[in-house]
Amino acid sequence: MKALLQVSGLVKRFGGLVAVGGMAFDIAPGEILGLIGPNGSGKSTVMKLIMGIERPDAGSVRIGGVDVAGWPSHRVARQGVGLVFQHSRPLHRQTVLENIKLALLPDALLRLFADSDVEERARAIARRVGLGAVLDRRPGTLPFADLRRLELAKAIGRDPKVVLVDEPFAGLTSGEVGAFSDLIAGFRAEGRAVLLVDHNVKGVAALVDRVLAMYLGEPIAEGTAEQVMRDPQVRRVYLGGAIETASRPALAAKSGPPLLAVEGVDVLYGKAQALEGVSLRVREGEFVSVVGLNGAGKTTLFNAISGLVPYAGRIAWEGQPLAGRSAAAIARGGIVQCPESRELFGAMSVRENLDLGGSHLTKGERARLLGWMFELFPILKSRQAQHAATLSGGEQQMLAIARALMMQPRLLILDEPTLGLAPVILEQLSRALETLRTTTPITVLLGEQNVTFALPHADRVYVLEHARIVWEGDPVRFAQEAGAAYL
Amino acid sequence: MRGLLRSRLFWAAVLVLAVAAVLPLGVSGYVLGLLTLAYYFGVFAMAWDLLFGFAGEVNFGPTFLVGLGAYGAGILNSETGLPIPVCVLFGAALAVAGGLLLAVPALRLSGPYFGLTTLVAVLLLQQMVTVFAKYSGGEIGLTIPDVLSISDITNYYIALGFMAISGLVLFGLSRSALGLILQACGQDPVEAQALGFNVAKHKLAAFCVSALFSGLAGAMLVFYLGTASPGTVIDIAVGVQVIIAAVLGGRRTILGAAVGAAVLIVAGEVLRPLGQLSTFIVSAVALLAILLMPSGLLGVLMRQRS
Ligand SMILES: Nc1ncnc2c1ncn2[C@@H]1O[C@H](COP(=O)(O)OP(=O)(O)OP(=O)(O)O)[C@@H](O)[C@H]1O
Ligand SMILES: [Mg+2]
Repeated sequence: MKALLQVSGLVKRFGGLVAVGGMAFDIAPGEILGLIGPNGSGKSTVMKLIMGIERPDAGSVRIGGVDVAGWPSHRVARQGVGLVFQHSRPLHRQTVLENIKLALLPDALLRLFADSDVEERARAIARRVGLGAVLDRRPGTLPFADLRRLELAKAIGRDPKVVLVDEPFAGLTSGEVGAFSDLIAGFRAEGRAVLLVDHNVKGVAALVDRVLAMYLGEPIAEGTAEQVMRDPQVRRVYLGGAIETASRPALAAKSGPPLLAVEGVDVLYGKAQALEGVSLRVREGEFVSVVGLNGAGKTTLFNAISGLVPYAGRIAWEGQPLAGRSAAAIARGGIVQCPESRELFGAMSVRENLDLGGSHLTKGERARLLGWMFELFPILKSRQAQHAATLSGGEQQMLAIARALMMQPRLLILDEPTLGLAPVILEQLSRALETLRTTTPITVLLGEQNVTFALPHADRVYVLEHARIVWEGDPVRFAQEAGAAYL
Repeated sequence: MRGLLRSRLFWAAVLVLAVAAVLPLGVSGYVLGLLTLAYYFGVFAMAWDLLFGFAGEVNFGPTFLVGLGAYGAGILNSETGLPIPVCVLFGAALAVAGGLLLAVPALRLSGPYFGLTTLVAVLLLQQMVTVFAKYSGGEIGLTIPDVLSISDITNYYIALGFMAISGLVLFGLSRSALGLILQACGQDPVEAQALGFNVAKHKLAAFCVSALFSGLAGAMLVFYLGTASPGTVIDIAVGVQVIIAAVLGGRRTILGAAVGAAVLIVAGEVLRPLGQLSTFIVSAVALLAILLMPSGLLGVLMRQRS
């Protein structure tokens, strides 16, 4: 069948950096092409070039035969291309329903009132993606997976012939990945051409018809998922090895109060109970994982500890209650959170972000830590002068973690650090955490729904479900007793 | 349309208008005069809110548009003696044309640069008035032969009616499908483009509508006052007042801007006996109010009821 999307000779340079250097591929109607590659290899840039958000330096992008390379994105969109962004970008002041309705409106100045069927169609799309119950909520109050659903809903609303989906599975649980896969498979059934980017290799392999792997802006392998995953270069630069469980010496049980004690904490968002009677303890030097599905309350728990949301109950740090202390004072006290939302200074360079993290250190100490960060995440070293906002999704995640480490926390809170990271980087991060554990007195509190990452390092695991702690124990017992929903 | 009729804000506004309509039965001509001024001011502020609150562009020079309307209408009337409606329409058209001339290049700029361009435009217009003093009356001001009416009550109703119609159009626009697209263009232009909306086109349209109402109101104000002077329709300080009124009343509500304007004008008058101090007090209180309730008077009211 004739290809719907034909890309050839696509090139994009940012200053001296060749982000995309000669990509070419075709996608037929009703076909899903998976695009994989390490962080910063240029996958999102390829999508932006097709969508017209970035202008290609060379090459052509044909939609049903029409070359749209260099067109402004609103015209590309009307030519039948839709993009599901890597980061959710809803209109925060509008409701879910309004966000979907927006996607259904024509680009006309004189059509003041939407067609009467817009409302009905928006509701139908919401039901299809599973947002039927939250139509009147504002995006800010939605759990992560629902925000991703909203992005899909908007793409469906434009009825595109070519759908570009950037990391739909990032941060989702295996159940949610299944639901999203079904939705994307639905695009195929409707005869759309789909370009899918994701680091969830299993999820991609199960869904796509073909896989294209890229590295440093260029294609390195193409074929069935199985063929590409076996390719030696793909294994080396992208997949890496398995995450290993390090054998851990039992912690010498120290007496005295735990480093962090959370006792009976409740958090309410309006009428919704985000945390209910949550208690947990973290001892000095421990590595504690909080496992929970999206929306279970992990981020709320961490925000309560960091003093970012009001709560009832008691949170104590070295025996002293934290209530009443400002977020800044808590951070100075040694609790550093690396938030899910990253919170980088977008207009500042990579180096400036890191230096800010290490601003309290002596010069020598800062240089030593910086060196370690660059060893850990080599790509950051080559991007020191780049604005944080222009980094790829995975690069931003690395920077957020590196900046938190530069602050030399006593308690490091990592909220979903694996979000958007390529498998090979996960393995690196995993080793780094192990090094951290064995060489420094750091204490870590990790929130994850990716248990393959959360378990190998943990001394203890808590399971958070629907705002409550429902299980506590060591990682070995977790697999037997509580893991069913997560593994 | 149904959305409009279901909006509580709309019905609250209808109630306020009804009260305003019977006011002439009970209050003095002096109070009516003050409110007349406030109503024109309310239109300036509502037009500004459409651009800032919805399209997300800060126009630091609302008086550029107001001044074009005012002087366009005033000069045409004093030079040719054409009837008032013709002059008012001419003033409004001039404001839209001037606005387009400014916005087409300026909207290409992003962030604060658009705002700066609008600020410079005000200074330019002020210079023009001085340079062409022969037609414009210069610093002293232009005396206009025709007036809308000599009756306080007629003037009051004209202003009230004008504000009500402007408010209805602007509010309706903000709640329409177009308003939603405009919000998207303001909040996230990249996303709006990717959804197929021509962001530049929509922002330009918002600017034109804002210019149209600013120009109309400026022109009508001139025929109410009987004079046009830089100090009343162009000066940066007047523009700042418009902005404060809109923010004080409640950003992104359109109707709040009119409330803010009325509060600001009436407060300024009540405190007038204090002389210079009154401006200071009004500004300080407005600043405090904005800091303490960033969603504005109307924003606070609506939150409490919902
Ligand atoms: N505006 C820009 N200026 C400079 N460099 C940029 C810009 N945008 C992207 N880059 C760089 O181009 C490279 C490709 O980025 P891209 O976002 O396409 O990566 P990606 O493959 O999507 O990675 P990830 O898997 O982490 O999302 C990255 O190294 C990024 O830092
Ligand atoms: Mg990406």
